Amino acid sequence: MSELNREDITEEVADELKEHATGLKEALDQGNISEAMQRIAELGEVRDRSLYREVGRLTRSLHEALRNFEIKAENREQQEELSKMADASDRLDYVVQLTSRSANKTMDLVEDTMPVASNLREEANAIREDWGRLRRREMKPSEFRELYRRIDAFLDRIVSDSDRLHGNLSEILLAQDFQDLTGQVIQRVTSLVKEVEDHLVKLMVMASDVDRITGLVHDQEEGSQEDAVSSRGEGPQIDDSQQDVVSGQDEVDDLLSSLGF
Amino acid sequence: MKILVVDDFSTMRRIVRNLLRDLGFNNIEEADDGNTALPMLRNGKFDFLVTDWNMPGMSGMELLQAVRADENLKHLPILMVTAEAKRDQIVAAAQAGVNGYVVKPFTAAVLKDKIEKIFERVE
Repeated sequence: MSELNREDITEEVADELKEHATGLKEALDQGNISEAMQRIAELGEVRDRSLYREVGRLTRSLHEALRNFEIKAENREQQEELSKMADASDRLDYVVQLTSRSANKTMDLVEDTMPVASNLREEANAIREDWGRLRRREMKPSEFRELYRRIDAFLDRIVSDSDRLHGNLSEILLAQDFQDLTGQVIQRVTSLVKEVEDHLVKLMVMASDVDRITGLVHDQEEGSQEDAVSSRGEGPQIDDSQQDVVSGQDEVDDLLSSLGF
Repeated sequence: MKILVVDDFSTMRRIVRNLLRDLGFNNIEEADDGNTALPMLRNGKFDFLVTDWNMPGMSGMELLQAVRADENLKHLPILMVTAEAKRDQIVAAAQAGVNGYVVKPFTAAVLKDKIEKIFERVE
């Protein structure tokens, strides 16, 4: 339902109200009370009908917004995986899965890579020591032959190990591909939330219109703001420019040292 | 030195475990929330506890309070590693008896520094 439609409805309602109002005035002027009463009843009916229509319109667009919430998959595999997901929380679970898979893959590769780098470093250090002895002419011919053999083996190892380092780094790079998919999913969820929020705001405005028209008065409940620290935690703070949020470890340290830590 | 790492995300436990290993700590066990951690602490002779705050089941704050209330555990050094970054929360954790507080995201150097400071004070 478009906004244009909504205006049509409002205009239609206004026209009907005007017609009945004029009729009411005429009836009163002529002293025709039963006609006047009839007009008043019709005015009420127009009001009710426009409210029902508005509620119906909002319900339909909410429903539409929820149904439109789908992800375009790029290939069959993604299509299958994504079509299994009917709602936003499943989608967000999928984000958790993808990021966790990627984090674990990256850590597997890092754990595989680190010993390779430290072994290279150790062997290079050992060879450099012997190389120094050779340059200072402290080496016996038999030791030199041993060093010659080790350098040869080390050069071979550098070639194969740097291939492995390069391969692992490339795989780490590829393991970051989740960002694309999770980004899409999160953007979709965000826009759904925004849409739902918009509709809720409209519903609230409407509810207040209903209150105004029908003259309902509600008890104003002032929600008491509970400021006590929850032991459950609140999750990451997105906006660290807020007064009550620390912007990093330095501020944590300052705060703790001001408390005598 | 036996360490218990408590976090509901296995990837974060793995990161902390790796960093601790780099610092020379090899005897590390893991738990995914306070409810799993508390019995392990009571039975396992741990020397150090690293815990997240926000976890399902029993949170890190509740775990901290439970440990401090336990006659046999109350002197256990506790480092909180968490995304909770409100001043009130940090003050509350300090009042509950935490020994160190690291906000995520953190670096290896920060973790090392806090752990060293905790053991300087404990010894």
